[in-house]
Amino acid sequence: MKASLIEKLVIYTIFIIFSFTCILPLIAIISISFSNEMDIALKGYRLIPHQIDLSGYAFVLKKPMMILNAYKISFIVCALGTALSIFIVSGIAYSLSRHDFKLRKQLSFYVFFIMLFNGGLVPWYMLIAKYLGLKDSIWVLILPYLAGPWFILVLRTFMRKIPIELIESCKIDGANEFKIYFMVVLPLSKSGLAAIGLFILLQYWNDWWLSLLFIEKDGMIPLHSMLYIIMGDIQFLTNSYLIPSTIGSTDMPRESSRMAMAVLAAGPMLCVFPFFQEYFAKGLTMGMLKN
Amino acid sequence: MKVSTRIRFGTGKQIQHNKKKRNSFTIKDFQLLILATPAILVIFIFNYIPIGGVFIAFKNVNYRDGIFKSPWVGFENFKFFFTSNDAISVTRNTLLYNAAFIFFGTIIAVSFAVMLNEITKRYVIKIFQTIFFLPYFFSWVIVSYMTYALFSPLGTITNVLKNHGINISDFYANPSYWPVFLTLLYIWKYLGYYTIIFYSGIISISDKYYEAAAIDGASRLQTIRFITLPLLTPLIVIITLLAIGRIFYSDFGLFYSVPMQNGQLYSVTQVIDTYVFRIYRSSGDAGMATAAGLYQSFIGFLLVLGSNYTIKKIYPEYGIF
Repeated sequence: MKASLIEKLVIYTIFIIFSFTCILPLIAIISISFSNEMDIALKGYRLIPHQIDLSGYAFVLKKPMMILNAYKISFIVCALGTALSIFIVSGIAYSLSRHDFKLRKQLSFYVFFIMLFNGGLVPWYMLIAKYLGLKDSIWVLILPYLAGPWFILVLRTFMRKIPIELIESCKIDGANEFKIYFMVVLPLSKSGLAAIGLFILLQYWNDWWLSLLFIEKDGMIPLHSMLYIIMGDIQFLTNSYLIPSTIGSTDMPRESSRMAMAVLAAGPMLCVFPFFQEYFAKGLTMGMLKN
Repeated sequence: MKVSTRIRFGTGKQIQHNKKKRNSFTIKDFQLLILATPAILVIFIFNYIPIGGVFIAFKNVNYRDGIFKSPWVGFENFKFFFTSNDAISVTRNTLLYNAAFIFFGTIIAVSFAVMLNEITKRYVIKIFQTIFFLPYFFSWVIVSYMTYALFSPLGTITNVLKNHGINISDFYANPSYWPVFLTLLYIWKYLGYYTIIFYSGIISISDKYYEAAAIDGASRLQTIRFITLPLLTPLIVIITLLAIGRIFYSDFGLFYSVPMQNGQLYSVTQVIDTYVFRIYRSSGDAGMATAAGLYQSFIGFLLVLGSNYTIKKIYPEYGIF
C-alpha cells in the first residue's frame, strides 16, 4: 500500500527541514569567510554576504606555510595510519574469523575486554608521554588508534563469510596461512576492507584529541588541531612562527579569516567523504550481519 | 546405500580428526597467531599496560619521587573526589546527557527510518541518506565553528532572532541554553548514522509479512505498528543496551570544544571525561585524576556487564559475550 499524499507531504517536509539544518551551518561558515570585516562588525554574520570580499582568504594565504604544513602532517598521519591500521586490524580479524583457530576464544576476549575496561586517561597519558617518550612525534598521532577493537570485531564478522572450503582447498594445494591470507582472504575482503578503511581514515582525519594531549611543537600540528587552536585564539594566526609578526593584528580580518581557515582546512575532505557514503553505510551494517 | 555409508564414514573420520586437532597447537595455529601478533602488541602496549597503571589512584604522586616511589595513600584520592561537589555534578551531567541522547536519539532515528521506508523512489532515499549522514563527517571542532557562526553575538541565528525581538546574545555565557542545545547537537550529528542502521534493519524484514498484512487489509499505520516496529525491536533493544553500557562515557569534543572552554558553562557542560582532563591539566594532580577515571571505568564496566546480562535475558542469541 502506498503512502497518501498528505503523509508524503509530512514526511518530505520533515526531511527537507532536517536536510536544511545539515547544510545551513556549512553555508554560514562559507559566507562568513567571504564577508567583509566592516559588514560583519556592523551587521553581524549573514547567510548571504553583503558584498563578496576575499580579504579573509588573502590574509590566511599571504603566508600559506602554516596551513600547508598542517595539511602535510594530516596527510602523513592519515596515509600511514590508515595503511598500518588496515594491515594490523585485518591480520587479527582473519585469525579470529577462523573457527578452527585454537586461540580464537582467548584472543577474542583479549580484544573485547578493552572495550569494557580501561585504565583511564592519566596512566595512558603518562605511559605515552613519559615512558614511551612519544611527545611531539608523528607516531603519537598514529599508534594509539592502530588496533580499534570495534573495527577488528566488524571485520572478523565480515571475514567469517569466506567459505572454509575455499581455504581448505588452498591448503590442499600446499598454501600456508600467510599465503592464504595475502592471496585469497585479502582480495576477497576488498569491500569490507574499504568500508573499515574509510572509518579509520575519517577517525585519523578528524582527530584533534591526540594532538591536544601530546603535541606542543607548532610544526607538528595537524589540521583539525590547528583549527581548534585558532578557534580559541585567533591570535595564533599572527603569533605563530610561520607568519612573521610584522603583520599587525590590528589590520587583520579576524572573523572572516578564521572562517576562511575552517573552509580551507575542512572543505576539501568534506567534499570527498559523502561520495563514499555507500561504503560507510556498508561498514555500519556489516557488523550487524551476525544473525 | 553406498553413498550414505561413505558419508557416515566421512563424518566419523572427521570427528576423530577434530579431536586430535583440538589438543595440539599446530603449525596453522602458529601462523594465524603470527598474523594476529601486531594487533596483540599494540593492544597490550596502549590498553593493557595503562590498566596496570591504575595503582596511581591510590598514591599521592609528587614529581620528585615519580609515580613508583610516591607514597601510598589508600582511598584518600577517592575520598577527596567524592566529598567535592564535582563528583555529583559531573556524574549527574554525564548520566542525564547520555540518557537524553539515548531516549530521544533512538525515538527520532527509528521514526526517520520508518519514514524513509515510506519513500518509494530509490534516488530520493539516497539523496536524503547522503544529506543526513553529512554531519557525521564533521569533527567536533568544525561543529564548534558552525555553532559559533550561528549563535555567537554576531551569529546568523542570533541576528535573525534579534530582528524578531528575541535576544540570545548571551548564548556562550548563559548555562540555561546548553542542556537542550547539546542534546539537539548530538542527535543532529548522529541521526543519519542511526537512521541508516535502523533503515537497513527495516529493509531486511521479509516482504512476506507485508504481503500478508496487505491481504488482511491492514492500514499503513497498522502495518508499521504491528509489523515493522515489533520486528525492529531486537535491533532497537541491542543498540539501546550497547549505549547504556557506555552511559558513563561521553563524547569529549562535544563537551570540551563546542562550549569553547567557557568557565561559566561548566555547571552544565562538565562531564566525567572533561573533568578528568581538566583536573590533570590544571592541577597536575595525577592521583585524583586517576581516581576519577577509575571510578568511571569501574562503574562503566559494571554497567556493560549488567546490560549484556539483560540482552541475554531478553534475546539469548544476541549477547555480546
